[in-house]
Amino acid sequence: MEEQAVSNLAFAWEILPFLLQGLQVTVLATVLGFALALVLGLLIAVARRSSVRLLSYPTAFVVEFLRSTPLLVQLYFLFYVLPNLGVSMSPLVTGVLGLGLHYAAYTSEVYRGGIDAVPRGQWEAAVALNLNSMQTFRFIILPQAIPPIIPALGNRLVSMFKDTPLLSAITVVELLQAAKLIGADTFLYLVPLTLVGILFLVLSLVAAWGVRLLETRMTLRRA
Amino acid sequence: MSLAEFMGPLLTGALITIQLTVMAALFGGILAILAGVAKMYGNAAVRAFASVYVEVFRGTSALVQLFWFFFALPLIGIQLTAMAAGVVVLALNLGAYGAEVVRGAVKAVPKGQWEACLALNMTRVQALRHVVLPQALVAMLPPASNLVIELLKNTALVSLITIPEITFQAQTLRAATLQTTAIFSLVLLIYFLIAMVLVYGFRRLEANLSQGLHLGRAH
Repeated sequence: MEEQAVSNLAFAWEILPFLLQGLQVTVLATVLGFALALVLGLLIAVARRSSVRLLSYPTAFVVEFLRSTPLLVQLYFLFYVLPNLGVSMSPLVTGVLGLGLHYAAYTSEVYRGGIDAVPRGQWEAAVALNLNSMQTFRFIILPQAIPPIIPALGNRLVSMFKDTPLLSAITVVELLQAAKLIGADTFLYLVPLTLVGILFLVLSLVAAWGVRLLETRMTLRRA
Repeated sequence: MSLAEFMGPLLTGALITIQLTVMAALFGGILAILAGVAKMYGNAAVRAFASVYVEVFRGTSALVQLFWFFFALPLIGIQLTAMAAGVVVLALNLGAYGAEVVRGAVKAVPKGQWEACLALNMTRVQALRHVVLPQALVAMLPPASNLVIELLKNTALVSLITIPEITFQAQTLRAATLQTTAIFSLVLLIYFLIAMVLVYGFRRLEANLSQGLHLGRAH
């Protein structure tokens, strides 16, 4: 039993560098995917508020659709259908696009909450000052709407991080796929998969702790 | 192959998807209540156990958990069928997220309700079972609705451990026919429809259950 434990540790140490390479891809996909989700989500949130129904209704439908269908199927859709339309991208880029689109639906709701919380008077003041809608958003609304929602966005970032293993299904060699490759080579799934679980747990706990810290600091600043 | 011919396998798969969702929702719901109550009213050991469960399942990826239960557990002598592993992981996942929902809803029940139970000489378990949880249940429904949609979406993951649900069927059809656009569009549409039905069902349930409560709430 003790020998087994020692050899397991030795094996874990041996495969750690390969897993960390996978982790780099995981982190890269998370960062790029979330950057995309932040930009797209904001555009969606603004489009949903539009008084032009031809814009706001379809946007609302797209958000519902993205939120109620599985990320895995969306990834397959992008991965297998886009090449038919003549768009060919690397699996990683496809994965980033999929993550970005899926999470844009979620971040757009967060932005919406932030924008709705800005007092009406701010909008009226912007009209009184003869600002156009672009200026109103940029200089008046968003600077007040975004800081309070940063913790909520942080939670979305953590969720996205935990969804990146889905990219393994479209052949991206991220953390989970790296562990599966080791498992397939050695038939020893226990150690690599457990390590992956531990890495995810540690990183998301650290991230969640960071978000909480941010939240307390922001409440203090507001108070 | 025509659209109609795709529908056969896809609907068979959709049925399994629905089965998975319902089973995991039932077990996960029970787990959520147990873990939520344990975190609030358990002794130190029970609280610690419940917290570790919730943190581990919320802190790791559902797909990693699934692979761990399916590929790694057999190596320490516990062999689950794909279907069992799928339901277990989906339920454990839902239970971990649901525990927080249960906790929030129970905390939101006014303190006077507990005091009234005390006055009526009820034990804590009786108070929880007959007075507090039934009221908390209504407050749980909107977040539970979201969690069940997340569960429905998570069922797609079990296609990767060979359960022939709808996403798995789609992959098989894709390999056989290469008609990717039609297949995956249909699959997305079917998921969307199931989700809409679930959301509608939860809204109806909420409307029904909250009917008698207005009197109790307005004090």
